[in-house]
Amino acid sequence: MEPGEIHALLGENGAGKSTLMNVLYGLYQPDEGEILVDGKPLKLKGPSDAIGAGIGMVHQHFMLVPVFTVAENIMLGAEQVRGGIAGFLDRRRARREVTEVSERYNLRVDPDAVIEDLPVGIQQRVEIVKALTRDVDLLILDEPTAVLTPQETEELLTVMRSLKAAGKSIVFITHKLGEVKAIADRITVIRRGKTVGTASPDASRDELAALMVGRNVRLTVDKAPATPGEPVLEVTGLVVDDDRQIRAVDGVDLTVRAGEVLGVAGVQGNGQTELIEAIMGLRPVLAGTVSLVGDRIDGWKPKKVLRAGVGYVPEDRSVDGLIKEFSVAENLVLDIYDRPPFGAGLALKPDAIAASAKERIEQFDVRTSSADASVGTLSGGNQQKVIVARELSRPLKLFIAAQPTRGVDVGSIEFIHSQIIRERDIGTAVMVVSSELDEVIGLADRIAVMYRGRIIGIVGPDTPREEIGLLMAGISPDVAHERNTDAVPGDGPATDGSPASGPGSASEDEA
Amino acid sequence: MSTMAVPDIAVAPVDEGFWTRSRKVGITLLGLGLLAAVLFGALATNQQARFTLSDDAAGAALEINGTIGAILFGIITIAAGAALLAGVPKRWFLAVLGIGLVGFVLSFLCWQVSAAPAGQNFMPLVNIIRGTFILALPLIFGALAGVLCERSGVVNVAIEGQLLMGAFSGALFGSISGSVWVGLVAAALGGAFISLLLAVFAIRYLVDQVVMGIVLNLLAVGVTGFLYERLMQTDAAKYNSAPRFSNWEIPLLKDIPVLGPALFRGNIFLYLGLLLVLVIHIGLFRTRWGLRTRSVGEHPIAADTLGVKVLRVRYRNVLLAGVVAGIGGASYTLALYSFTKNMIGGKGFIALAALIFGRWNPTGALLAALFFGFADQLATYLGAISSSIPSQFLAMLPYLATILAVAGLVGRVRAPAADGKPYIKG
Repeated sequence: MEPGEIHALLGENGAGKSTLMNVLYGLYQPDEGEILVDGKPLKLKGPSDAIGAGIGMVHQHFMLVPVFTVAENIMLGAEQVRGGIAGFLDRRRARREVTEVSERYNLRVDPDAVIEDLPVGIQQRVEIVKALTRDVDLLILDEPTAVLTPQETEELLTVMRSLKAAGKSIVFITHKLGEVKAIADRITVIRRGKTVGTASPDASRDELAALMVGRNVRLTVDKAPATPGEPVLEVTGLVVDDDRQIRAVDGVDLTVRAGEVLGVAGVQGNGQTELIEAIMGLRPVLAGTVSLVGDRIDGWKPKKVLRAGVGYVPEDRSVDGLIKEFSVAENLVLDIYDRPPFGAGLALKPDAIAASAKERIEQFDVRTSSADASVGTLSGGNQQKVIVARELSRPLKLFIAAQPTRGVDVGSIEFIHSQIIRERDIGTAVMVVSSELDEVIGLADRIAVMYRGRIIGIVGPDTPREEIGLLMAGISPDVAHERNTDAVPGDGPATDGSPASGPGSASEDEA
Repeated sequence: MSTMAVPDIAVAPVDEGFWTRSRKVGITLLGLGLLAAVLFGALATNQQARFTLSDDAAGAALEINGTIGAILFGIITIAAGAALLAGVPKRWFLAVLGIGLVGFVLSFLCWQVSAAPAGQNFMPLVNIIRGTFILALPLIFGALAGVLCERSGVVNVAIEGQLLMGAFSGALFGSISGSVWVGLVAAALGGAFISLLLAVFAIRYLVDQVVMGIVLNLLAVGVTGFLYERLMQTDAAKYNSAPRFSNWEIPLLKDIPVLGPALFRGNIFLYLGLLLVLVIHIGLFRTRWGLRTRSVGEHPIAADTLGVKVLRVRYRNVLLAGVVAGIGGASYTLALYSFTKNMIGGKGFIALAALIFGRWNPTGALLAALFFGFADQLATYLGAISSSIPSQFLAMLPYLATILAVAGLVGRVRAPAADGKPYIKG
């Protein structure tokens, strides 16, 4: 690392980027090897040594105490105190320090705001201020853009440039190629815990991607144009609260037709989770209706919804999708274990379960030592394939996949995407919710963008990313989209034009 | 995109509907007030209800006609309830609630005191307040031990055991040495011993903290019971006759009417308990120690990334909790009684309830402990004036109130986020 340099660390999920940086920050101890700072080896026993050596880190999951104020979070661990051994906190000084640093680097934060009330973009800013008050020379940003809207990402890149101008070095960890090319001075690519190459930011996206995964990958999903049929899922005026009884879905209307993929894009936490859970019967519907091929299904129990021909890939596989201690075979029949041929009366039929498991492991390319291995021992990608296999083994009318490829390796992503498209092509209505905009754009025939519990716009997949980005930030479609006629503010009925005229036709005209 | 539109999507306000918490409490108070004014008013006799202001029963007293008093205080509760229903500013909520509850209790007392047999129809306020504090004292120490422990993220179900061990070692070493001070130090160490076991097993060996706490309580009962039978019962004069702290009168303060004789002629434990509430409250919210303690109890990983030694903070706090609870146990054996088997008798668990009722806050815990102490004292008093209400029924009420409080009637109760979760580095 050179002073005043932005060094991007590029690699897939699980390539070892975060682990490497946690070692550098003193959280993990290295088994071998050493860290050199200014030519001298550095031994880090803990984060305080790293801070002392001028290394600061903004973690992927923010390291902020939610019930503390900004100032309390920033002073924690490096408190200014008065009164000798009693150690009274000098809050005024802490507040002043926060204001000073945030003014110097143009990172505005209110020192007295409580963290849990702040949006993620601001929380991240607090993290950066926290590192800067500790006088770091090297700042590690671990996947800083994962939770940001495209506009917030732009702001972050601006902040990074001004830090660079102030002589700070930055390690920028990401798996997003666009951002790397936009800001990095030097790029190191990591794969399976090894450095596989360094590149300059002029390298092409394909080159970088090939370095990351070790072979050429398609960044797009192959699919034929959709042939949408009758409406399968119709949601009107849906209102749902989240766990804290705060309105999460606030009057959503949408329609998914047979043979099309509706992608739901949006920054996480804008009601996507609650929308799907309400459709699945996992969360009470406070107002509005949900219909499946004409039948009202709101108020149904999840089991009844599943039996009515709905397949569901929940967003967190380890919590909602699988029982980790159960075997692969058992997990494959979690939804229909009580039905023939897998169960009869009180008894399970182990032979039938085993036979079907063998078949599906083969069909869905699940890499496991055996059907009896517990699911928890599989890699993330293979766990996800088990869920997809289970859900797609029934005849479906509607298939809902939430974050279908989160934390999944590239090979499995390709496979899961192709399975989703295959399901669409046999005439199932498909709804894909993902916080990865690329995934939504790649899979969807229509894209609904959610913002603060509402569908703020429905657009074709060829809509420029920036426009979708503005929608994700809540910039209303009339303005964001003045030139594009197939975006309609909010409501369902008006979306008719898009599916009928084929995906993205309006955007094509414009192009 | 030069003309960025301001997002004009209205944020839906959190709509609680008409029945906000304040209104729900209001309607409850209104109901209680009606009950008090009508029922207590009807049952009260036309005699004077006397509330004496000094230790002398014949001395100065506040007096009110029983029927009038019961109805009047009932109306105050109704008024408080109506005010909450109509809507008061948020910062007045607690004050109005307090007035309403006090009105209800006073209405009840007017009935009870006026209906008592002649010669007993007075209530000695000094004794009641003093008794309240004495009964609340182990709860205060116990709940503070809970605050210290749980604010750093370790669940302390072992308060009962810590109190008991403190009481036992205070009695034993106080007796052997003949010195109250040696007894006090021994009591602190006894509580800390139980805490040490809790800390090592919960922090180092990641044993479930609730299970560990229960086991430690049983251990404390077993060990002290065994030694009591083998040692103290065989030679009580040598092993179970600890000297006791005498009462200290505090100059000036002791002359305040009612409160002076009730609170400022007490023993060291009373003063120490109140002082500790203050010290721990300030410590928790105004010092470096407190900030670190709370951060470790809320988000230990964040604290770790800033160089706070999570495990060290937890060990220290759990041990401090043991010291505090141990002293609390000694408030029995070095001031009031000699040691008997299982003499804490569940007060540690009530302290746990006070901790939750007081929302993991030292001052809140103090108020909750006093509330329990008062109910306890009231039950005793009503027994003494041969009340028509079974005293067991009264003794039950505070716990009913706790269940309602913890169930969310008095607002959302939020434990420290990492309470009970072991921290594993890396």
